[in-house]
Amino acid sequence: MAENRTGLIVSSAPHVVNPVDTTSIMRDVIIALIPALIVSIYVFGFRALALTLVNVAACVIFEWAFQKFMHRKQTIGDLSAALTGLILALNMPSTFPFWMAIVGDFIAIVIVKQLFGGLGENFANPAIVARIALFVGFATAMTNWQVTSKMDPAIVAAAGDAMTGATPLALYAKGAELPSTMSMFLGTINGSMGEVSAIALIIGGIYLLIRKVITWEIPVSFIAVVAILSAAFGRDPLFDILAGGVMLGAIFMATDYVTSPINPAGKLIFGAGCGAMTMLIRQFGAYPEGVSFAILLMNVLTPHIDNWTRSKLNGVDNKGGAK
Amino acid sequence: MSSGKHLKGIHVDHCKNTAGQAIIPMTLPEKVFIPMSQHIGAPCQPVVAVGDHVKVGQLIGDNAAPMCAPIHSSVSGEVVAIEKFMTSFGRVDTNVIIQVDGKQEIAETVKPPVVTDKASFLAAVRASGLVGLGGASFPTHIKYNPANPDAVDTLVVNGAECEPYITVDHMTMVAHAKEIVEGCKNIMKYLNLKKTIIGIESNKPDAIKAFNDILSGESDISVFELRQVYPQGAERVIIYECTGRHLIAGKLPADVGVIVSNCTTVLKLQEFLATGMPLVNKSLTVDGNIVAKPQNVEVPLGTKVHDVIEFCGGLTGEAGKILFGGPMMGKALPSDDFAVTKGNNAILCFDKDFAQQHEETACISCGRCVRGCPMNLMPAKLSRAYKHKDVELLNKYNVMSCMDCGCCAYSCPARKQLNFEIKQAKGLVMAANAAAKAKAEAKAAKEAAAKEGGNN
Repeated sequence: MAENRTGLIVSSAPHVVNPVDTTSIMRDVIIALIPALIVSIYVFGFRALALTLVNVAACVIFEWAFQKFMHRKQTIGDLSAALTGLILALNMPSTFPFWMAIVGDFIAIVIVKQLFGGLGENFANPAIVARIALFVGFATAMTNWQVTSKMDPAIVAAAGDAMTGATPLALYAKGAELPSTMSMFLGTINGSMGEVSAIALIIGGIYLLIRKVITWEIPVSFIAVVAILSAAFGRDPLFDILAGGVMLGAIFMATDYVTSPINPAGKLIFGAGCGAMTMLIRQFGAYPEGVSFAILLMNVLTPHIDNWTRSKLNGVDNKGGAK
Repeated sequence: MSSGKHLKGIHVDHCKNTAGQAIIPMTLPEKVFIPMSQHIGAPCQPVVAVGDHVKVGQLIGDNAAPMCAPIHSSVSGEVVAIEKFMTSFGRVDTNVIIQVDGKQEIAETVKPPVVTDKASFLAAVRASGLVGLGGASFPTHIKYNPANPDAVDTLVVNGAECEPYITVDHMTMVAHAKEIVEGCKNIMKYLNLKKTIIGIESNKPDAIKAFNDILSGESDISVFELRQVYPQGAERVIIYECTGRHLIAGKLPADVGVIVSNCTTVLKLQEFLATGMPLVNKSLTVDGNIVAKPQNVEVPLGTKVHDVIEFCGGLTGEAGKILFGGPMMGKALPSDDFAVTKGNNAILCFDKDFAQQHEETACISCGRCVRGCPMNLMPAKLSRAYKHKDVELLNKYNVMSCMDCGCCAYSCPARKQLNFEIKQAKGLVMAANAAAKAKAEAKAAKEAAAKEGGNN
């Protein structure tokens, strides 16, 4: 008689899992943002890197401290706090004071994320809310757009002798001369650190699509509606797509799992809503840019969109009867 | 015919290490332990006593209840004990324990059945002891005798074998395509079906070819090549893929005009019709990262798992998990002291590393569970509704349609045991429904009594 093997683990099926886990997803998004970070360091100099590191460190420390203080399970290892810090940094001007950045990190991690129950429970994207709070609270510092010698002549000329100057969207609002499309595509313009280079963000987006971290619905519907409304308002669609935070927002912020709808139809509605709000603010609002507000508004609508676009059973019509 | 649309599913590593290895018979164990409940329905009662000498194919357990399949001895030898034991599911069952004499004498009762019409065919199916060999273990004679026989027109033969590792159905189809086709013809003839569709995943081209080679002249039997997406072999999925018909929760395949049988079930039925030998052996894939000699073996029913493992060279490391069945839907055993029954098709042994439990983290609403669900459910929503014990919400999200395929839990980056939670949620909903029904009946009885009292 053979030995009676014991000490076996009895657990429910399935007994295999996909290697993709929360940490690997967060890591992939961080990897996808590296091209944008590299461009920002090139364009704005090493303060961009320093500001990014401050944000990442502050977010991780706030998350660690909150969980330590509240006797909750540590989750800094899932990289979600580091990612929030990175995204928030990329939403700041390179000149932004460190202490203000840390205030933003506190808002993102402690107030928006942890006080609502931690990862997965926040109703809105922490980085978006923090960005808006900073924008409202530190309006001058948040719009202090550094101009460097790497940038398009139109930007440099508009800034004159000053170290800072208006972004393409602000120049557009003033009716001033705009930077070339190629400059906006490559990222040799001013603005938030991570939003300037469309090509870097698109490379990151393609990486996320290939890795199946995101699906196409939100970025495509977001950008498409921006372009359509831009044309409808008689603006330049290509300019509106490349200017401001559309690429960063559509690819990296609106696609946040927690605060966007689950089903493809819901994602299309969500992305289209983001695009529409962005263009309504740009065209009619008091601010030159509306991506953050648009995403925040759609975050709040997400539970309702999820409910409208609930999955239907196979072979059953909407009323529950057999087809 | 397929509508061109597909049900969702997931891509799992196939790990079909034993593909191409012909099924070899196992040397006889010293003893077999044959459980009296190897099917869905009433357990059999032993019809032999301690001290009886039994032969291969001899009836040892039966029950007059309609939902039952008889059980036959897989060996010749002496019944040394009939005793209660606890199954791997924690239920109490009875074992007929037979000391093997090694002669493998065939019982006198083993002779081809006389089949002339549907009634005698169904009697033969019952006598064969067959149950759904894909793993569901539903008595085949019940399945072949639906309440609406005139509405049933199609036999779907399930050769998908979508579980990773398992290759016995594959090898069976390659070796016995002819007999399986004969079996299909008999089923079609006696159940008056119009056509047969044999569904095989495209990762088994030799099995597909084996059938196509002999089906060239056949118009009513065809092979349908299934995509390599788990779970093509799930009943509702293979019906939809092969016929385009949706089987919704609470309905039987016969309700959409289909009977589904596993390819090995059809083969065993054909063998019974030809020889009269009932189901006494089961082919298994023995594999996993610590099995010394992974292979496909044919074992007598009632053989203990450790005997099968020893036959395959033992284990090369400390076992962390032993499974009956595949890694997606298989059952983790608490020990290797359980016997092979009719529904088993694999024994997989894995080391401690493989068996390591993943820590569950927070749901990030990524939607991977939704994208993987063949039934188009929203597993994360169901999990949340279950946590709140919200029966109404569970029903709104169609909890009863879950078929426990495990695509959601496989895909979940938060390592949530979604299908396990949904399984428990189904229990909750069924209990709530039963309670509501009992309450309504009590109320009706009370009203009826009050009415009667008033009349007097």
